[in-house]
Parts: sequence; C-alpha cells; structure tokens
Amino acid sequence: MDANLFIYVAHAEGQADDSALELVSAAQTMFPGSKPVALVAGSGVDPVIQEIGGAFDGVWKFDHASLAYPNAELLRPLFVKALPAGSIVLLPHNTLGIDLGPGLSVKLGATYVPDVVGASAIDGTTLKIVRQEYAGQVSTHVEATIANGAVITVRPGSFKPAAASGAAGQVTDRSSDAEGLTSKRKFVEVIQAEAGDVDITREDVLVSVGRGIGEQENLELVNELADAMGAVVSCSRPIVDAKWLERPRQVGTSGKTVKPKVYLALGISGSFQHLGGIKGNPFMLAVNKNPKAPIFQAASVGVVADLLELLPVLTEKIKESR
Amino acid sequence: MEILVCVKRVPDSAENEIAVAPGGADIKRDDLVYSVNEWDNYAVEEAIQIVERDGGNVTVIAVGDNESEDIVRRQMAMGASEGLLATDSAFDGSDGLGIATILAAAARKGNYDLILTGAQADDGAAQVGGMLAALLDRPYASIVNMIETNGAGLRIGREIEGGAQEINEIELPCVLSVQTGINEPRYVGIRGIRKVASVEIPVLDAGTLGVGDTVGASAAKVRRVDYFVPAVGAGAEMIEGSTEEVADKIVALLKAKGGIK
Repeated sequence: MDANLFIYVAHAEGQADDSALELVSAAQTMFPGSKPVALVAGSGVDPVIQEIGGAFDGVWKFDHASLAYPNAELLRPLFVKALPAGSIVLLPHNTLGIDLGPGLSVKLGATYVPDVVGASAIDGTTLKIVRQEYAGQVSTHVEATIANGAVITVRPGSFKPAAASGAAGQVTDRSSDAEGLTSKRKFVEVIQAEAGDVDITREDVLVSVGRGIGEQENLELVNELADAMGAVVSCSRPIVDAKWLERPRQVGTSGKTVKPKVYLALGISGSFQHLGGIKGNPFMLAVNKNPKAPIFQAASVGVVADLLELLPVLTEKIKESR
Repeated sequence: MEILVCVKRVPDSAENEIAVAPGGADIKRDDLVYSVNEWDNYAVEEAIQIVERDGGNVTVIAVGDNESEDIVRRQMAMGASEGLLATDSAFDGSDGLGIATILAAAARKGNYDLILTGAQADDGAAQVGGMLAALLDRPYASIVNMIETNGAGLRIGREIEGGAQEINEIELPCVLSVQTGINEPRYVGIRGIRKVASVEIPVLDAGTLGVGDTVGASAAKVRRVDYFVPAVGAGAEMIEGSTEEVADKIVALLKAKGGIK
C-alpha cells in the first residue's frame, strides 16, 4: 500500500513519549518501506521535533496555544481536517489513544484496529495483527481490511523502539489548521495521584495481592506474611476498585510504577496493565491457583496453590527461619 | 436526566479460566459462567446514582442474543426503569463499528442526555463508546472515574497514566465510557430480580433500527481469525510439592534473593 502513513507523537514537558519510536517500529513491521510522517501537536513542540524528528521521513507540526494539553476532542477535528483521505494513523493504546482513536476512525471513514500487540507485513489491503482478549488469557489473530485507511492503536511496550538517528525529516508547519478549533469538552486540570502513607515506588520488597485473595478478610494473611518478611503490601487494580486497599498501593499503568528487587504476586493474574507498572526486572515469585494465569509468563518462579492454604504456612516458616 | 447505559453479556473472567477450544475457532464455552461486563456494571450504578441525585430515568440496552435479556433484567433490578434488547441474526459477526452502529440507531429512537458504556469489555478493544459518540456527533470522554453534574453540563474525571486524574468539563448531550472503581455497585438480590421478572423488555431488530446492511459479518472490516495461546518463552520455573515443601523452597529463595529483611 502506498497510503499516507502518520504516527502520532505523544509528548509531555517537551519530551516525546517512549511510544513514538515504538510506533515507528510497528509501522515498519506492518508497512515495510513506508515513509512515516510524525504528527506533533501541542504548544511549543520544537524540542520534541528535535528529539525524535530523525526517526521520521517528515514531521507535521501543529503548534498552537489551544493544543497545550492533548484534548482528544480537539485533536480529532484537527486531524480530520488535516489528513488526506485514506490515511493510516498509528496511535499508542494508552489513555490518549483510547480517547482519540475510535472517534477518529469513524470521522475519517477508516477501519479501527485497536490494541495491537504483534503484526506481520500487510497483504494487499489486509492487515494481519495479533491482539489479546480476556486480560491476556488468550491471544487472537485478527484480519482488518484497510482499503479506506486505518486508525491503529499499538500497545506500549509491544514493539522495540526504532532508532531516532539520521537527518531530521522535513518539517511542515500545519499550525494554521488549528485555528478556530472548538470543542464541547474543555480540559480543566490534572490532579496528581495522592501520596498516601506508604511509597511503594521506593520499596525493595513488595508483597502484592490481587483478586485471587477472594475476600477482604483474607488480606490479613497477606499482611501477616509481609510483616514476617519486613516487606510492604501492594496490590493490583481489583483490590483498589473493591476499596480493600487504598489507591497509592496499586501497581500498574493506572497506578504506581515500582522497581523492587523482589516482587511477590499473590493471586494476581498478570494483565499487561499490571505488569506495565513493574520495572527493573525483579525476582518475581507468583502464586496463583490458575496454572494458565499470564503472570507465570512474567514470573521468575511460580507456584500453583491456594493462597489460603499456603500463606499461613509460609508466614510461620519465615518466622521460624529468623 | 435521561440516561442510556450500554451493557454486554460476557464470560466472567474472574470466575472462569478462559481456554482455547480445539482448532482455535472459539474459546471453550461449555462450563463458562456469564455475567454483565464488569465495567458496564459500574456504568449502570453510576447512572442510577445520578438519577437518584438529580432525577430522570435510566434505560439499559444490550446487543446480543436472547440470553442477554437476563443481563438487561439483572441491571434493571439495580434501579433502571427500562430495558432494551437489540437482537437479530443479522447482527452476528459485527465488528466494533457494527455494534456502535446498532447502539447509535437505538439511541436515536430515544432522547438521551447522557449515554454511558463500560470503558472496555472482554475483548479489551475499548472502542464502542468513542465510535458511538462520533456516530451521534456528541462529545466524548473515555475512562471516566468521576461524574458530577455542573450546571447545564458535567464535570468529569478521566483516569490517566500514573494514577493521575484529568478533570474536564463536558457539555450535554454526551457519551462517556466508565472505568471500574468509580463507585461501589450495589448488590442485586433474588428479590430485586423477581421484581423486574415480568417487566417487558422491547426487542429491537435490524428492521426496527434500520441498520440492515451496515452491520453484521458482511459489513465487518475487522475479523477475528482464530484464538490461540502464544508459544511461551521460558516462563516461570514452577515449584511443586506439598504445602510444607513449597513453603520451604520459597523461604530459601526469598532468603537468597534478599526478600526477607
């Protein structure tokens, strides 16, 4: 295909998001030989263009005060106005891509291909990609017909970032396209996460608990284990949704990013959102009653067991070993 | 406020191990327990809390087969006054845009100030709410974890990366996709379900909705070819044995790795 290929460059505080160069790599996989153009929208975006421009054949710059915060309800009409018919647009599958992508595809008359984790080279107008369903418990091969263009979101971390070297692509200033844009949704402010009484991002040893613990009262078993180890308790999202633990203890893309040396994952299935919050390649020990839980792919050591049976015994043995 | 909440019947992945059926054409469905999509349950609760506060009505709609009627009824038992079931063999094989097209046609038959969907469902695509908003030319916000009425519009929070919250003001009518944790969904007992057991749930088919050739397998541009379990890398080294033996091995490993301070 020789459709126009665009890559949305997410950025904050003058720096491009890691997703930008991953999307270049995803584009090279899906559309070999394509010449991706970066879409850089914001206010004062030149530092971002200098940083990553070399990875692209060209850059379309949309520099306008109204774009100071990336409001999808402004970006969508902007791109509908600016992009040629039949364009292919790659976005990160993050909270911006999810906000922008589906509606953009409808307004462009393009096919929406969400949350791609793997792909092969395009075959005619048929895109062949890999997705996941049921929080990563199964994968699917998906085919999408993209003869009229596509909006594709790619899961962060799924493709190795491309090199940002080489001569910067030609910058085309499209800022005037942002004149007169209006939106029925106004950005007000970002409220940063509350600090809480523990800072799990600074802990070397985390005892992390998930839905598999079953009942709120069973959390006591986790607390006792963590106390015996001298560790701090963290958790996955369902525990916070159930209000059993407070939000500052949540590990994951919608919670905290942690960098422990040792991570116990107790009754955590291992969704990509959870694993996305664990950095630094810790020694990870996972306990889950489901032998097929995705967590066992990420863990160093795994145990298939019932937490209610194992935890009291483990806590006692740790106390004895001291 | 008139609120429409879109819900989906899905295998309950907290209750089920999802496995691929031989050949990969489907997942193993024989022993699956189905329930309402978890995100949608939060959306229904949020809608009910809004009308309890500000007045109005909640309508719940599902696109699916006849078994989805049970899901609509269960969600109505939480406090929705009306239920709708969009069902037709012509809907089978719809992609995300097909589902959004069916819902948009149903929404146009009412006069809804606010339309809620779950932020995502079993396939993780997180697409239907945004498509629905675009088809209806309404403003949209995704992954919403706070909704307050604010004069003629809404003040909403979106969950963004790192646990931060993005506050927006949005005009009505609009479409929002709701994140889990926004509220504490109420428990629905047998009695509540009995109360709505005989309420009629109108059925919307392709003819009623006027969506014949824009939905279903023939209109779908995105097709799932098969399910599979990816060839795994090394994965975890599994520890086996009695509870005592396993615990002993874990203690030794934790000591070696600095996990016991």
